[in-house]
Amino acid sequence: MEREATIRRPKRVVTPRIVVPKKRPRRFYGHGIPGVELQKLAGKLIVVEGADGSGRSTQIAKLVDWLEASGHATVQVGLKRSTLVSEELEKAQQGNILSHTTLSLFYATDFADQMENIIMPALRAGFMVLADRYIYTLMARDLVRGMDETWLKNLYGIALIPDAVFYLNVAPEELIQRNFAKNNALDYWESGMDLGLAPDLFDSFLKYQGMMLEAFKRLQSTYRFTMVDGHRGVDDINAELRSQIEHVLEGSNE
Amino acid sequence: MLKTFADLNFPGRLIAVEGLDGSGKSTQIYLLKRWLENQGLKVYFSEWNSSELVKAATSKGKKRELLSPTTFSLIHATDFADRYERHLVPLLRAGYLVLCDRYVFTAYARDVVRGCPPEWVREIYSFAALPDFTFFFKSNLEVSLQRILDGRPQLKYFEAGMDLRLSTDPYESFRIFQGRILEQYLAMSNEFNFLVIDANQPVEAQQNVVRELITNSVDLAQFKREENYIKPQARPPRKDRWKEKQPFEDQSVL
Repeated sequence: MEREATIRRPKRVVTPRIVVPKKRPRRFYGHGIPGVELQKLAGKLIVVEGADGSGRSTQIAKLVDWLEASGHATVQVGLKRSTLVSEELEKAQQGNILSHTTLSLFYATDFADQMENIIMPALRAGFMVLADRYIYTLMARDLVRGMDETWLKNLYGIALIPDAVFYLNVAPEELIQRNFAKNNALDYWESGMDLGLAPDLFDSFLKYQGMMLEAFKRLQSTYRFTMVDGHRGVDDINAELRSQIEHVLEGSNE
Repeated sequence: MLKTFADLNFPGRLIAVEGLDGSGKSTQIYLLKRWLENQGLKVYFSEWNSSELVKAATSKGKKRELLSPTTFSLIHATDFADRYERHLVPLLRAGYLVLCDRYVFTAYARDVVRGCPPEWVREIYSFAALPDFTFFFKSNLEVSLQRILDGRPQLKYFEAGMDLRLSTDPYESFRIFQGRILEQYLAMSNEFNFLVIDANQPVEAQQNVVRELITNSVDLAQFKREENYIKPQARPPRKDRWKEKQPFEDQSVL
């Protein structure tokens, strides 16, 4: 082993030690992806879930600042961002022409492409991967639309089990206020308008988000993510996320 | 267990053909279609990997060699689901004879040869009912290969199974790949009640067997169109797909 180099300076400056993340055995949820050497995926995968307006992107941006300042390389991923199908997926959604199974498989294709071409290479390179939503949103949306849970679990058996999953829980009424404050509008899909729950966006949004929350709670029993109270201040929430991520880095989570 | 459309009390019937490239299955299903149409029956034909919307993504993925075994499998499942939900099921509900050039068995065979877990693939396609009749055109491997390779076509990357790194020579790779697919087909033949047709016989002899089998098992009179229906005109037979293929985008793989 090499001895630490001694730097002679008039005043000794103490640089805080950067935590080298502890390795933990990595697994897929199910059958996984063929040909992957799991032990090589050294980085950490951190997922932030929640509805539009729950503060996901704000929290992720703050986590990125903090992680990078602490000496960790980061990569951000999200849904519908794959090279392979994101464009076609967008087009399909605009036209609202695909049936449930088809749309579900299309999203799974997008997810798999990002899993293989962004998430896994970044983990292999030892990066902290911050995922703005993961398979849980996709599964919850499908569950709400009546898709079979066993089928979905098999499909997303290709997903790596993340090191931490946070669900930012915000009441639908508050989500509405935040979405209006930001865009003055509610999104068609985030309101579940394709389900015909109510004739207007407002009622449909409330009903749909309530159903989504139920679906997330159902998934939580299997996937055990951390429910975070999203009504608090941005910094309070971020402090909670950081302390949990610190445990992940030190390998002391669970 | 999976059920056929007849088991599910659909008024329509689904007839699928499976077999290796070059086994002559597309010619046979075309002739079957012409025969049924000429009797004034309600017939719909659907081909593997032909859904308009998904096609754009698939061809991009194939051209740019972006596909892994997992995304290859998922994108074909998306294509199938789109055709299944949008065309096959509604038409079968409306009492059509639906003819499919390749069905889920193609995925069962190909994806597994590519290394996807068989249970994962089968569960993904579990939303689909089984065909009422599956004709398997069992050809001698060498005969099929010869039929395709005679024209010295430019084999496409994925069709030749080049992604499996079986050989650096596309023709050799194609041979090995097709041989493995044949093994998979034969292994599932009993499980799914394949009606095995000797594809080394003359075209007419095979068509005789197919038509006889359908005549004896389906009450074709039930599928008659209304009186004023105008029969579709004969179209030139499907061009040999292999001869239209473009060469690899990336010549370095050759």
